Amino acid sequence: MGRLRGALLPLAVFALLAAAPFLGLGAGYMLNLLARGMILGIAALSLWLLVGGGGLVSLGHAAMLGVGAYAVVVLDAAGVTEALVVLPAAVLVAALFALLTGAVAIGTSGVHFIMITLAFGQMAFFTAGALSAYGGDDGYTLYGRTTVLGARWPEDRLAFHYLCLGLLAATLGLVQVLLASRFGRVLRAAKENPQRAQALGFNPYPYRLAAYAIAGGIAGLAGLLLANATEFVAPSYLAWQRSGDLLFMVILGGLGAPHGAVLGALAIVLLEEWLAEWTEHWRLIFGPLLVLAVLFLRGGLAGLPAQLRALRRG
Amino acid sequence: MSTQLLLVQALNGLQFGVLLFLVAAGLTLVFGVMDFINLAHGVQYMLGAYLGASFAAWTGSFWPGLLLALPAALACGLLLEWLVFRHLYDRDHLSQVLATFGVILFLNQAVKLVWGTAPLQVPVPSLLEGGIALMPGLQYPVYRLAILAAGIATALLLWLLVERTRAGALVRAGASNRPMLAALGVDTGRLFMLVFGCGAMLAGFAGIMAAPILSVEPGMGDSVLILAFVVIVIGGIGSVRGAFVAALLVGLIETLGRSLMPDLMRLFLAPSPARQAGAALASMLVYVAMALILAARPRGLFPARAG
Repeated sequence: MGRLRGALLPLAVFALLAAAPFLGLGAGYMLNLLARGMILGIAALSLWLLVGGGGLVSLGHAAMLGVGAYAVVVLDAAGVTEALVVLPAAVLVAALFALLTGAVAIGTSGVHFIMITLAFGQMAFFTAGALSAYGGDDGYTLYGRTTVLGARWPEDRLAFHYLCLGLLAATLGLVQVLLASRFGRVLRAAKENPQRAQALGFNPYPYRLAAYAIAGGIAGLAGLLLANATEFVAPSYLAWQRSGDLLFMVILGGLGAPHGAVLGALAIVLLEEWLAEWTEHWRLIFGPLLVLAVLFLRGGLAGLPAQLRALRRG
Repeated sequence: MSTQLLLVQALNGLQFGVLLFLVAAGLTLVFGVMDFINLAHGVQYMLGAYLGASFAAWTGSFWPGLLLALPAALACGLLLEWLVFRHLYDRDHLSQVLATFGVILFLNQAVKLVWGTAPLQVPVPSLLEGGIALMPGLQYPVYRLAILAAGIATALLLWLLVERTRAGALVRAGASNRPMLAALGVDTGRLFMLVFGCGAMLAGFAGIMAAPILSVEPGMGDSVLILAFVVIVIGGIGSVRGAFVAALLVGLIETLGRSLMPDLMRLFLAPSPARQAGAALASMLVYVAMALILAARPRGLFPARAG
């Protein structure tokens, strides 16, 4: 019963997303916004695997997303847009980048891990700015969007909406399967009590590094989708502020359950847009809302139903 | 590159380092003593610059502006502590990060609302105008030297406060073992307010002094914040001495790298790609240095925390 109740909120959100095109939200602009929310949801989910699953707070996660997006750019400049090539390339290159930087970063912990991941993120950011062949600081406009077996159906807004929704659901499923597996249990054990995990004979390092590489690969997928959604890639995708945004989505959503990351991403993307439509000084409202969320939503958005139930019971 | 230009760049680097130290000192104490990650610390620097600019324009002179802006920056810091930060001390780091980010968003926008988006210009005070000949044929602005002197004087004062007074001893004790300090019956709430107020005022002071040489604009605290975090991690969290050494180091690396790297790259590359690669490498240099230092000394150059 408890499990079922816990799944109610994410199911409702996914049902709403699936029904969105038929709820009068079919206007192109609204679908673009939702696609952006879902893509960032995929990236936030991969970060959740690190923060919520492994206790690894990364401030360089946007770099993984950016590496995936730049893989699309490099292939686009070479005239390759086929998903069978672009998708594995974006995922693998981002995972490889995560593996190499993670090998160094995982050795540290706490605030030092935050700063090392920030350092690698900044190095990737400045490298992207120096890629003059791909627009340098000005960014790069794609010649064509990714095709699937030569077909151009992902260019259709509605098709792209359901593609993002399907990938978001698949990512959430993957993260949940990973968490429940032996791999995930070791990862969580090393987060809760590293000494004990080590005493039981588990060296956390390879597990954490594997999680870091997997999260990098998923973020690379999000980068591919984001490049397709905007048909434009710029170094600003890799800026530390973007990494911060992803982290804020994860924290706002709550670390209790992976679907929190999806809630956090959608909440931040939609709230920003709606407030911005309402007033140019939307940050005056958005900022204090974040403070209030921290002060009063102890379990994040994902913990909201449980908190409401506890409130009703008194 | 001539030795003269190198000397000028080195002085610029030290002067930037001193400004960084003033911001980082408060950050490292707040983090070290209160175990509180305050992303909104960079905003204190921005507020200082805006308050200094406004009071200077209002009174018509830099000095009364400085005198009025300092207590105003202190008041802003204490108000924020009372309104928001106080409720976050017993929360985990991630909650602190999100809430203080909310404060950044609010204050950056509030500054835009009050002062507009256009950068403000603050004239250099007439007393410190002009240049001084350091060597034959080498003029250096007096105001920049004054910043360097003021920064070093503040660092000395802070060192005396932390190393030689009772309050300073409590601060050091808090940085090394906070639960023990509270168990010994020290009113940590009051100590936190003192540390927080001092930190906010120092950051504000840096902002006021930077106002005449940098443009005062919304979001100016964000880039300083990230470098200040690099400084406190290199220096060792909670260590004022570490923050000072690391701030000068980061200031020098950042400034010298920017002027030397493109020239260095020209030895290997054609001028145009050399400029681009040099600029990118120069921006990375600080982070590479941080990664190297942390690899060699994981707890920074001067670790403050015991055990």
